[in-house]
Amino acid sequence: MTMKALTGNHAVSEAVKLARVEVIAAYPITPQTTMVEKLAEMVDKGELEAKMIRVESEHSALAATLGAAAAGARAFTATSSHGLLYMHEVLWWTAGARIPVVMAVAARAIGPPWNIHVEHSDVMDQRDTGWIISVAQENQEAFDLTLQAFRISEDPRVYLPMIVTLDGFILSHTVAPVDIPSQEEVDNWLPPRRQPYVITPESNVVMGNIASDEDYFMMRYSIQAAMKAAKQVISEVDLEYGKAFGRSYGGLVECYRCDDADYVIVITGSWAGDAKKAADMLRDKGVRAGVARIRFVRPWPEEDLRDKLSNKKGVIVFDRSVSFGSYGQLFSDTAATLYGTKVSMRGVIAGLGGVDVRPDDIMSEVMDFVGRVEEVGLVYEPQRWMLPKKYAQVGKEVGL
Amino acid sequence: MPIRLADLPRRRYGMPGNAACPGCPETMGLRYVKMALGDNVVLVIPAGCSSVIQGIVPKSGINFPVLNIVFASAASSAAGMEAAFEMMGKNYNVVVWAGDGGTADIGFQSMSGAAERNDNIIYICVDNEAYMNTGIQRSGLTPYGAWTTTTYAGKTEKKKPLPFIMIAHNVPYVATASVGYPQDFIEKLRKAASIKGFKYIHLHAPCPIGWRFDPGLTAKIAQLAVQTGVFPLFEYENGKFRLSSYSGMYRNPQKRAPLAEYLKLQGRFQPVLKDPEKLKGLQEEIDAMWRWIEMLEKYGPQALK
Ligand code: SF4
Repeated sequence: MTMKALTGNHAVSEAVKLARVEVIAAYPITPQTTMVEKLAEMVDKGELEAKMIRVESEHSALAATLGAAAAGARAFTATSSHGLLYMHEVLWWTAGARIPVVMAVAARAIGPPWNIHVEHSDVMDQRDTGWIISVAQENQEAFDLTLQAFRISEDPRVYLPMIVTLDGFILSHTVAPVDIPSQEEVDNWLPPRRQPYVITPESNVVMGNIASDEDYFMMRYSIQAAMKAAKQVISEVDLEYGKAFGRSYGGLVECYRCDDADYVIVITGSWAGDAKKAADMLRDKGVRAGVARIRFVRPWPEEDLRDKLSNKKGVIVFDRSVSFGSYGQLFSDTAATLYGTKVSMRGVIAGLGGVDVRPDDIMSEVMDFVGRVEEVGLVYEPQRWMLPKKYAQVGKEVGL
Repeated sequence: MPIRLADLPRRRYGMPGNAACPGCPETMGLRYVKMALGDNVVLVIPAGCSSVIQGIVPKSGINFPVLNIVFASAASSAAGMEAAFEMMGKNYNVVVWAGDGGTADIGFQSMSGAAERNDNIIYICVDNEAYMNTGIQRSGLTPYGAWTTTTYAGKTEKKKPLPFIMIAHNVPYVATASVGYPQDFIEKLRKAASIKGFKYIHLHAPCPIGWRFDPGLTAKIAQLAVQTGVFPLFEYENGKFRLSSYSGMYRNPQKRAPLAEYLKLQGRFQPVLKDPEKLKGLQEEIDAMWRWIEMLEKYGPQALK
């Protein structure tokens, strides 16, 4: 193992190289670009024995990745924001084909107006496509998840494609130390590619033609079953990775000081680090707080969360995205998970378009929530908007 | 070397009971693809009649390995497959089999991208001149004046000159072919397979359903399209343009079969047959195509250099 100072994007590129990916197809988009630039450089320098297809669009990027994977190659692509939305159709097709593919998403806001900063709307928009969706907190985890993604998605119990999300700029462009295992260590840990079928003249397989309604229905059912199986596989892989490389994160959810907590913050992405800081600060103030960091948005860690949260006084969910006309997506899923319990809940939408949210801000929102719970007992407030300071007045007028 | 019918394989490539309409040009064309290339083929098929012709999983009505894929990405999926095969040291022919919509319209971007990158695939546009699978709506390749369900009074725009657009991409091989001339098509396919890089074949495919003609006439109408000069057969190979022998004599308009003969066999050209203005428009479209040919024969790609 060696320590390297890497941006989140380059950490992912290193993992892709160590996974011995054979085909990469990508189109540049901020803030993903430097990730595939690095891969292109590795391919051109002969450090990575792969074919790089410099496609003309993201729609083609994922289609080419799918084509390569269906033909039997370990394949990778990456994107962000509008690029991910443009791929959306092919995301469905990839998961429906049950073809293992790994994609990194540098999470970013969606226009209009143009905004290149962090937000989770792009990746949340893919929740229903049948992809496994993981979210890293730090560069090291982005690296680790990328390696694990090949193992998880190529597990015969799963055979689903997987997204590794890293927050735009906050991780994608920020340098941090990353522990990189040797090629030999990775080769020992990551088995050769496995996949449900390969399309070649010899195999004579046909993929994607018409199915009867019943067969179609059952194929949808099989994706749900694979998602369920993936929970087990993700936990196993997390533990085995820990044994091999010394880092385990706790499977689908990472719990920070949750066990004895009265109040738990549910959050995902890089700002979970700020939430942990806020929890420490809250504890200094006498509020027993913890953080349940969602590492996998899909499959949704229902059992883990129910287990960890159902006896708490209050759960406050921070979403960096919103389902317009409804709530933050993490809130909706958490509320469904905690249905029937006596836990107070609040959903907070914050940090859209990269608006800064600091540990202080999280702390005061939690303090406010704690106050409400102490005051009225059972609280259910599904959406509060943490507006930027200069717009605080608007918030009072609109009163969402 | 001329192709002798006796030398072609006699295996079944279109299976009995496939879901094609009677007289379908696509099943004819698909058969020729395997007759030409043997079993060394993987097809990539975007949405269209051919995704339906295969019938219902787990069976398939055509004897090919197929990756069916979303409309706009056939060429890029094929490029990905080819890249994978290349990494594995396999020399398979990855063939895109796409309709006029999947090629000239919704799929144009990915095809143009693959052509520009010179990805090593054979791209076949099966041109039946409208969106037949969704029920005969006009496409960028519907001829001027032709009726479709979205052009009741006849199409008011001209057909996109796609083979010439592909020649302008400067890929190693571009050809037109017709289901009415299987030997010519097979020869061109075999040539395409021998060339590395992006190969484009534009296959004229008269559709009895969409064009409104008797299903027994598919081959005859395909041949009439060539004999009337409506659909000239040619090749562009490594910078050389050549009119194919079947079309050579029709360079001279005097030698061509009368256009009306082609038009009157089909229901879709009623607006043209009724209106001399529309007939003039269609004739202009055909003349423009021959002017392209004349120009390419005369100056060739040297003009581009
Ligand atoms: S509509 Fe035309 S091209 Fe489509 S299957 Fe029927 S005959 Fe063939």
